[in-house]
Amino acid sequence: MRAILISLTAASLALLGACATQEQKPAAEAPVESATKPGATPQAVKPAPPVARVEPGKPAGSPFAALKDPNNILSKRQIFFDYDKFEVKDEYKNMVEAHAKFLRENPSAKMLIQGNADERGSREYNVGLGQRRSDTVKKMLTLLGAREDQIESVSLGEEKPICGDHTEGCWAKNRRGDMLYSGEY
Amino acid sequence: MIRLAALLFLTWLPAAHAQLTVEITGAGAQRIPIAIAPFAGEKALAPGISTIVRTDLERSGLFRGLELPPIVPEPTEATTINYPEWRARLADALLVGSVQARPDGRYEARFRLYDVVKQQPLGGVAYTLGKEQLRATAHRIADFVYEKLTGEKGVFSTRIAYVVKRGNRYELQIADYDGAAAETALASFEPIISPVWSPDGKRLAYVSFENKKPVVYVHSLLDGKRHVVANFKGSNSAPAWAPDGSRLAVVLSREGGSQLFLINADGSGVRRLASSTAIDTEPRFSPDGQWIYFTSDRGGSPQVYRMPANGGEPQRITFEGSYNVSPRISPDGKTIAYISRNAGKFQVALLDLSNRQVQILTDSDRDESPSFAPNGRMILLATVINERGVLSAVSADGRVKQRLSATAGDVREPAWGPFTE
Repeated sequence: MRAILISLTAASLALLGACATQEQKPAAEAPVESATKPGATPQAVKPAPPVARVEPGKPAGSPFAALKDPNNILSKRQIFFDYDKFEVKDEYKNMVEAHAKFLRENPSAKMLIQGNADERGSREYNVGLGQRRSDTVKKMLTLLGAREDQIESVSLGEEKPICGDHTEGCWAKNRRGDMLYSGEY
Repeated sequence: MIRLAALLFLTWLPAAHAQLTVEITGAGAQRIPIAIAPFAGEKALAPGISTIVRTDLERSGLFRGLELPPIVPEPTEATTINYPEWRARLADALLVGSVQARPDGRYEARFRLYDVVKQQPLGGVAYTLGKEQLRATAHRIADFVYEKLTGEKGVFSTRIAYVVKRGNRYELQIADYDGAAAETALASFEPIISPVWSPDGKRLAYVSFENKKPVVYVHSLLDGKRHVVANFKGSNSAPAWAPDGSRLAVVLSREGGSQLFLINADGSGVRRLASSTAIDTEPRFSPDGQWIYFTSDRGGSPQVYRMPANGGEPQRITFEGSYNVSPRISPDGKTIAYISRNAGKFQVALLDLSNRQVQILTDSDRDESPSFAPNGRMILLATVINERGVLSAVSADGRVKQRLSATAGDVREPAWGPFTE
């Protein structure tokens, strides 16, 4: 069972990788982009070490504590998207994988994914764009083994910006998905 | 003479409680010159009825109120009209009236309208009113004048809904068509979007984010009660009333993506209307109930489509440009107003369905949420001026532009209500 799940996970990741790279220009490596455009990718992604922490049975206490541990990748919840794009960029894949693992290992855990869009254009169409983003993250998590009924993907459209200026730097922060666990929303 | 009139209009001040003020930034070419004499005795009720009537009529873009010297004695509805004298003042029409206090503390307002060119009376009405009904009475008089002289119904007694954001507080407000007498129907610390009036004007459907996700509500304006219409897993948004008020089209993501559904106004009987892998949103019924117009990016960019209201093959409606959203059908069903992106500017466009001609109506650049007046003459919209959300209005021929600016806060998501009795 474990082996099946892992191979399924690997296959899914490969599939997602193929989908995601389809539309990405080879030159647009994420670190370069964040260096040239400050603010475009404000969440630095650390190489994912401490997933082991959440294993049940460890004396560290509730596995849910890891969600709030700033040193744990599970405390990272934000995924930023390119303009008019919906695929999860490579730099967020470790994070999403860690959350998928957490959901697999904690079947009672529930997640709300809120997709967001920048302010330009129709509010309702932007609800649609945010939904497309949250649906993408949800699909990735379920392909990685999270149960469909653990996750609700919704959209806040352009209504909840985290950055208020009318600049590309701000818009990039507002094109995002936020992963929230029960009790956090 | 015209310059003087314009100046006087700019110095017009709103009533103390008005949330919004109106500035006309353009005017129609052919306006009916009308003499509106101050109603005898109207000083007892401020602002004067004649001032409100004149403001209403001028705001429509179809009338020009003439400047009148003081007339002694003040004409009333009972005065014998000297037509050549009014013709010499270049008036095509004349409105005279009076206001009298009654022993019970209320007032009686009477008026009479004349066609000065044909030299004939066009009728008049007497109203009994309390002080608080002053504006409503004046709007009814303006509606009478408008209908007699243009042959169309006036919208001066209709109401509008819109959302005001102040800090992190959102208020769904209902006001007179001119922004006066604003009342808050709903206040929330989470966003409210997409208010739409039920066809009978008694309810509003809207989307509230108070549950950390979009949920569709129907809110009764009579008793302030509201109920959830759509709160399925995922997002619930973009409500649109069917013309009979029994059902709504909504956008749900419960089966993945943003897709069109029909649902009864009580939240029962949900059924999928269309199926695509695209974002399908912003549905609107045509006035005859036969079609649903909507926004879809199935062709690669968001465009306006329509489909039979009970489902069927969608047809693309807009072709110019790469971003055409928020379709609203005119009350006569002949044109569609929508938001079109042109060289980075989001503007109100009007499409004539018979000849497919497109006209850009506004010169602003961040327009949203167009909404037709129930007589189809004006389109209310949200735009941004000096980084602040304001409402503005443009005539369907693009000639008259107005701005309604709130005293504070961001105003957005306007919806013009229907005619009501």
